[in-house]
Amino acid sequence: MDIATRLLLNTEVTRRVLVAFLRRELERFGFKKAVLALSGGVDSSLSCFLAAEALGGENVLALLLPYRTSAPESAEHARQVIEITGAPSKTIDITPMLEPYFEQHPQMSDVRRGNMMARMRMIVLYDHSVHWNGLVVGTSNKTELLLGYGTLYGDMASAVNPLGDLYKTQVRQMARAVGVPEAIVQKPPSADLWAGQTDEGELGFTYAEVDKLLYLLVDERYGPEEAIAAGFDARFVKEVIRRVRTSQFKRMPPIIAKVSRRDVGHDFLYPRDWGT
Amino acid sequence: MAKLKVGLAQISPVLGDVQKNLQLHLDRIEEARQHKVQLLCFPELSLTGYVLKDLVPDVAMVAAESAPAMAELLAASQSMDLLFGFVEEDHRHRYYISAAYLSQGRIGHVHRKVYLPTYAMFEEGRYLATGDRFRAFDTRFARVGVLICEDFWHMSSPYALWLDGADLLLLMSASPGRGLSPEAALGSSRSVELMNQMYATFLTDFVLHCNRVGFEDGLNFWGGSTIFGPDGVLVAQAPYFEESLLIATLDLGALRRVRIQLPLLRDERPDVLYRELRRKVREQ
Repeated sequence: MDIATRLLLNTEVTRRVLVAFLRRELERFGFKKAVLALSGGVDSSLSCFLAAEALGGENVLALLLPYRTSAPESAEHARQVIEITGAPSKTIDITPMLEPYFEQHPQMSDVRRGNMMARMRMIVLYDHSVHWNGLVVGTSNKTELLLGYGTLYGDMASAVNPLGDLYKTQVRQMARAVGVPEAIVQKPPSADLWAGQTDEGELGFTYAEVDKLLYLLVDERYGPEEAIAAGFDARFVKEVIRRVRTSQFKRMPPIIAKVSRRDVGHDFLYPRDWGT
Repeated sequence: MAKLKVGLAQISPVLGDVQKNLQLHLDRIEEARQHKVQLLCFPELSLTGYVLKDLVPDVAMVAAESAPAMAELLAASQSMDLLFGFVEEDHRHRYYISAAYLSQGRIGHVHRKVYLPTYAMFEEGRYLATGDRFRAFDTRFARVGVLICEDFWHMSSPYALWLDGADLLLLMSASPGRGLSPEAALGSSRSVELMNQMYATFLTDFVLHCNRVGFEDGLNFWGGSTIFGPDGVLVAQAPYFEESLLIATLDLGALRRVRIQLPLLRDERPDVLYRELRRKVREQ
């Protein structure tokens, strides 16, 4: 069986698990509502559809958080998702919150500016989490998490993440199945942090290719040599493994220096869902 | 020939709250009583929840009437036989994943999970002690063997119970769902169903499997509890992912009929196996 086929999933079973997961994880901490940042991309659109199915569209607040350079198409796509899911929405332009800082630091690189935008969105999102009394639903997929292609405490921040174990190509498959508009599923993925940015342009490879490789390395536990023997370019394999290794810190809570007999990081080990 | 009305309570326990889970048990027992169920099984760690980590000592109880939850379940076992899961603490403060079989106000049997998975998402070996035996036991309906989850991923476990006379295998688990594919069931569901069907076929036993549902720390438990007859045919199955009380009437006469047609038990050669195992162990 070719690798792309092995990445295919049964959308009904997956949908059932993810929807029930969202409903239960919110309910167990006393929440009936959720909030998410809706960019108009396929990941946040899928999260919005799943959350709306789990909680009812009226209980999912979709925040549109554009910066002045954001593509107008993004907002249009987000509006389509809002219309279909029935989620209430709010548009908050983050430009005036960021400009004073950017003006003080005119030499900032695109990466720094992009991180600022991602973190400003997180600030607004978490503020609305309190105001709306809803938990923040995440939109980071497995490919991004493994490659570290996200901003720590920015777009990677959430309370519950239904997409974290789905590769990007699986997110697309799920998005189609739940009814995300085709234009959203098909457009080139982009963090939309600066004009013309695309994920695949920035990463230097396509999601279709890297998902297949990550699937072998992570899910099927192939060694690098086995992945190369399976037909992947040696430099590509090396680069992806480097990315996964050097971004490990992004997938973990801050490390704690152990000095006592029992500390929060190492041996005070309670389940998150403790008592629920 | 004898009929046995069994129930599998596919529940979603509250993580770390014995009192709430006890109530969940009593509610299901009452529901089963109305259906005249004679033997009701609960899933692994039904009284405590599964992803316990450091909660293990807090939710543990001794396998004795002195434990309040045990006393209430013993009282309930006057109306039907019960099998449930809990964390057992022994008198030297070792903790086990255990299952207790209660009948007519008495503890008939306690099985301590022998195989504790400690790999991938599982970390049972970190917190718990291992059991050291597989023993069948007599009930008022049939001779029974109990296994807990990873126990029955080792095929020697049901085999040992079979040789010890078990005609009815009661399997319980808290099996996390995983393994996406185009198939309509998760990979873990398919494996467990295949396994249980295989045990029923090869051992010509009734194989009952009670799995839990719900979510804990991102793990989903897939339910889908099954009952296979001694001919390997599915008798009944509970839905995936949903709480349910699966009730079925077993015709225990099927054991005789199947074993006349397929005398695997008669022809089994444990003496040959024993000799070969002894040789293997000596060689090692």
